[in-house]
Amino acid sequence: MNGFLELFAEYDIIGAFWMNIRLTILAAIGSFVLGTVLAVFRISPVGSLRAIGTSYVNVVRNTPLTIIMVLGVLAVWGQLKITFSSDFALNFFIYAVIALSIYHAAFVCEAIRSGVNTVPQGQAEAARAIGLSFLPAARVVVLPQALRGAITPLGNTLIALTKNTTVAAAASVAEASGLMKTMIEFNPDLMVSIFLTIAIGFCIIVIPMGLLTTWLSDKLAVAR
Amino acid sequence: MALSDSLVAMTQTTPPPADPPAADSTGTRILVELEDVNKHFGSFQALTDINLTIPERQVAIVLGPSGSGKSTLCRTINRLETIDPGGTIRIDGRPLPEEGKALARLRADVGMVFQSFNLFAHKSILENVTLGPIKVKGVKKAQAEKDAMELLERVGVAQQARKMPAQLSGGQQQRVAIARALAMKPKVLLFDEPTSALDPEMVQEVLDVMVQLAREGMTMVVVTHEMGFARKAGDRVLFMDEGKVLEDTDPESFFTRPQHPRAKDFLGKILTH
Ligand SMILES: Nc1ncnc2c1ncn2[C@@H]1O[C@H](COP(=O)(O)OP(=O)(O)OP(=O)(O)O)[C@@H](O)[C@H]1O
Ligand SMILES: [Mg+2]
Repeated sequence: MNGFLELFAEYDIIGAFWMNIRLTILAAIGSFVLGTVLAVFRISPVGSLRAIGTSYVNVVRNTPLTIIMVLGVLAVWGQLKITFSSDFALNFFIYAVIALSIYHAAFVCEAIRSGVNTVPQGQAEAARAIGLSFLPAARVVVLPQALRGAITPLGNTLIALTKNTTVAAAASVAEASGLMKTMIEFNPDLMVSIFLTIAIGFCIIVIPMGLLTTWLSDKLAVAR
Repeated sequence: MALSDSLVAMTQTTPPPADPPAADSTGTRILVELEDVNKHFGSFQALTDINLTIPERQVAIVLGPSGSGKSTLCRTINRLETIDPGGTIRIDGRPLPEEGKALARLRADVGMVFQSFNLFAHKSILENVTLGPIKVKGVKKAQAEKDAMELLERVGVAQQARKMPAQLSGGQQQRVAIARALAMKPKVLLFDEPTSALDPEMVQEVLDVMVQLAREGMTMVVVTHEMGFARKAGDRVLFMDEGKVLEDTDPESFFTRPQHPRAKDFLGKILTH
């Protein structure tokens, strides 16, 4: 353990994890909003919206996240010269959040759609029969029940998102996995301890998410 | 059951539309009109050349063997199913619009009670009844709740207003479903086998509510195999088979002197049960 504790003084390990947490929170919000819109597209009576939703999911879900991340940086920043902030770090942070949101929205959409499948057809028919048109029926009757039925897959998507925030290193965001690489480079003798520290750090973030998911999905289940 | 007061008087406060509604030769207002209605599911024809009119205050009983198209007929009347091009369905003189807001508005005039109740599972009993008036008609929440409590009182489930649907018996859920439909002040109520999913001891409490509605002049289309109800509350029997209306007469004639061989066959089967 010689020198191990000094690592914490020398490197901002907590700060790096805080970056992963911030990426997770913002991309979770972004992907949830975009994913919900896509799910509504996919169940809508309008054929062209359904086609947009389906194409999005099929393209994005089958593209590696690293490619979306790198494409964001190379194409949007390098080629199109679009910047969100003059602060270099903040600018790449925003790229990373957008790339993570775009990618995970496809999974959120599919999670919500699986939730929609748990809602009996009769619920939507009853909503239409009292005079609700598609959007209000979706918003008031179908989606609230679908979300309760989708908590487990949504939780899994959130966990995947948390771990996938490490890909933001590809967009030069200073997060935990990037820091791990740096620390190992300069302290190769401590490689195993460094690796375990980072792994445990992720466990501390992710395990409560799993527990929360299980608890919520029991608590919010719709009794039929 | 507290059904002595008028359910319908309370729900039908809307004035008749400004444009003169359709009327038959005797001057009765026609509420539902089906003209050359056909319905295909793929290559299968579920409804064939349906032409019928249902005047105000009529209770039409729809009978027929399984798969004869009774549910499909009901569902086309509020356009839960589309019909083949060329046919027309009018509600109170107005053709059903294609889609969108106009359809939603007209649908609110046609209440529907389903075999499986279909109460909104994540909403309380009270919210089930107030949702339509608040979201569709823009009624204020306090007013909607007051109206809903009166309706729930009258169908005998006011005590359960704060519970969730899954906590109620089937008979109670179906009476809530009727209250939910009535809350929209519909011109016509459609019932698709409203008692078929119920335990036998709960059938009567639902039929009592329906008889009361019929007495108060609610226009109703009822798919049911409850012969007692058909004779007591029905003004008319439509017998269907293979997507066609084969017989259209009053209940007494239908049950005592069925004309069509299929109708005789059908009655023979259900009456020997
Ligand atoms: N969505 C659908 N797709 C394909 N075929 C359908 C669909 N809905 C109904 N049908 C067919 O149309 C026919 C009429 O069905 P419908 O449900 O109207 O019969 P029903 O008279 O209500 O029967 P039951 O007494 O069993 O409820 C049946 O043969 C059925 O298989
Ligand atoms: Mg049926």
